Amino acid sequence: MHSGGITFAALMQQVLVGLSRTTILFIVSSGLSLVLGVLRIPNVAHGSLYMIGAFVTFSVANFYGQTGFGFIAALVLAPLVVAAVSLVLERGLLCRLYDREHLMLLLFTFAFTLIFADLVKMIWGSDYRSLNAPAWLQGSFDLAGLPFPRYSLFLLIMGPLVALGLWLLTNKTRIGKIARAAAVDREMVDAIGIDVSRVFAAVFVIGCYLAGLGGALVAPTQNITQGMDHTIIIEAFLIVIIGGLGNIWGALLGAAIFGLTDAIGILVWPQFAIVFPYMAVVIVLLIRPRGLLKAIW
Amino acid sequence: MKPENTGIKKTAAALGTVAGFMLLALILPRYYLYLLALILTTGLLATSLNLVLGFGGMYQFHHAVFYGTGAYCLALILTKTGLPAWLGYLAAPLAAALLGLIMGLLTVRLSALYFGMLQISLGSLVWAIVYRWYSFTGGDDGIHGIPVPDLIGTSRGAYLFVVLVTGACLAVMYRIVTSPFGMVFTGIRDNPERCRAVGINVTGHQLAGQVMAAFFAGVAGTLFVTVEGSVFPDMMFWTLSLEILIMCLLGGWFTFFGPLLGAAIIVVLRTVVGSYTEYWTLVLGVVLILLIFFLPEGVLGMIRRGGDNAAGK
Repeated sequence: MHSGGITFAALMQQVLVGLSRTTILFIVSSGLSLVLGVLRIPNVAHGSLYMIGAFVTFSVANFYGQTGFGFIAALVLAPLVVAAVSLVLERGLLCRLYDREHLMLLLFTFAFTLIFADLVKMIWGSDYRSLNAPAWLQGSFDLAGLPFPRYSLFLLIMGPLVALGLWLLTNKTRIGKIARAAAVDREMVDAIGIDVSRVFAAVFVIGCYLAGLGGALVAPTQNITQGMDHTIIIEAFLIVIIGGLGNIWGALLGAAIFGLTDAIGILVWPQFAIVFPYMAVVIVLLIRPRGLLKAIW
Repeated sequence: MKPENTGIKKTAAALGTVAGFMLLALILPRYYLYLLALILTTGLLATSLNLVLGFGGMYQFHHAVFYGTGAYCLALILTKTGLPAWLGYLAAPLAAALLGLIMGLLTVRLSALYFGMLQISLGSLVWAIVYRWYSFTGGDDGIHGIPVPDLIGTSRGAYLFVVLVTGACLAVMYRIVTSPFGMVFTGIRDNPERCRAVGINVTGHQLAGQVMAAFFAGVAGTLFVTVEGSVFPDMMFWTLSLEILIMCLLGGWFTFFGPLLGAAIIVVLRTVVGSYTEYWTLVLGVVLILLIFFLPEGVLGMIRRGGDNAAGK
């Protein structure tokens, strides 16, 4: 089946690649969306935490000599390190600024992107790093006559797991319910005697944990470099916007649109592949300026 | 004091300042002229953003795209066509204004936050195209060694050109802000619903503001080309947009000269701290955090408020 030189199998392969990219985009942007929806903070430093997650993953995996165990250990530890950093950030500084204007909060988190970028440069240097996936996740298997990387399959399994975890967290736990209530009316939740400040801290840390997890998962698939914070954060923001601000499922939908248009763009017109997702975002916003699903803002 | 008198005084002060800056060209060494030219260019860019951000209350999140458009337009005319240079300097701000008109037509109907978000998306789309279109824009390499006319090609000539153009643009922008249009514009910032209710065309004013801001950003773009002789896609990347936004907030976004001050602080910080340590952004980050905690209205906003307090207000 040929259409303009693109075979059906090649298209399917790119769709799967796009979906595995979607996983990482979803994990990162769901964290951003959570913080945006509940705390109303446009956390620009989210991308920096993703970058830190990737660098810590590299270091931990390297410490264990890039073994299978090392990678798993890194996958567990790196997001926790990022969460710890974000806890200090939130309790130390951010929690004093909640009543400020959004632009000031934007400025504050941007200041931290500058600080984190230089700290990463100090600790890991300016060179790029690369990390191999453990042996059992390397190579590819045969899918309808075309090779499909094992690691992409691993990502395709991780994505739904994280989505399920987030759904359970927001719908089935006490903290999730309070957070959802606080997202709608913070003062009311405060008034009935719940310590909103603590819930905010917890939500912020969970959101940042997701940034770290995204960074850990992306580490074996690309070069770990300075500047990966800037690339991911604009993508994550656009995803959150087209999905509907603060809506986790919107983040999933937005990530799928972004990941798939990117992957198919590579097939159709490689030189301008990065233009496709931006084009998709603009089209979505021209039709539905408030995003596809219901926005909390 | 009569209003005409203050007008004359202000004009005299403005002309005096421009003359003072031009005299500096005689005494300052090349490096400082270059630094001053960069500060003025960036200051013009930040002031053009503040026209809509501070005075119009519009969340102009991707202003750099107009700056980049102006710069690329001039660069392409100078390198790829045989057209006279002055035509390039004229066409570049107009191209930026045209992009401002197109983006404005699509975005002004939206409320503050969603306006900003659609603008980021559109701006990122423009960036992505410029970043990849190697045969036309030079892709991620940009365009270097742009042949600027001889008269303004030297560092001294470029500096004088930047001083004159920035001075003229700032004067025009000041006139706009203090004109009836500017007053209505500020009114829309403070209460869009009431303005609409008394029959003001809110989106029309916002569109006009957007086009003007884009025009002056385009002018700043041509100044950058004059000073640096090169363009690159980072000029329209979102990080620069955020950086200019920060200059406005830093200097004081409810004042006219605040953004100019904010631009000066950031450019000087980058150059001076950058010459001591490669970790200058760390210093900038810490400075910003201190400012947020201690000077939330920006440097000029704080000074002005201090003055009000002293006057017993």
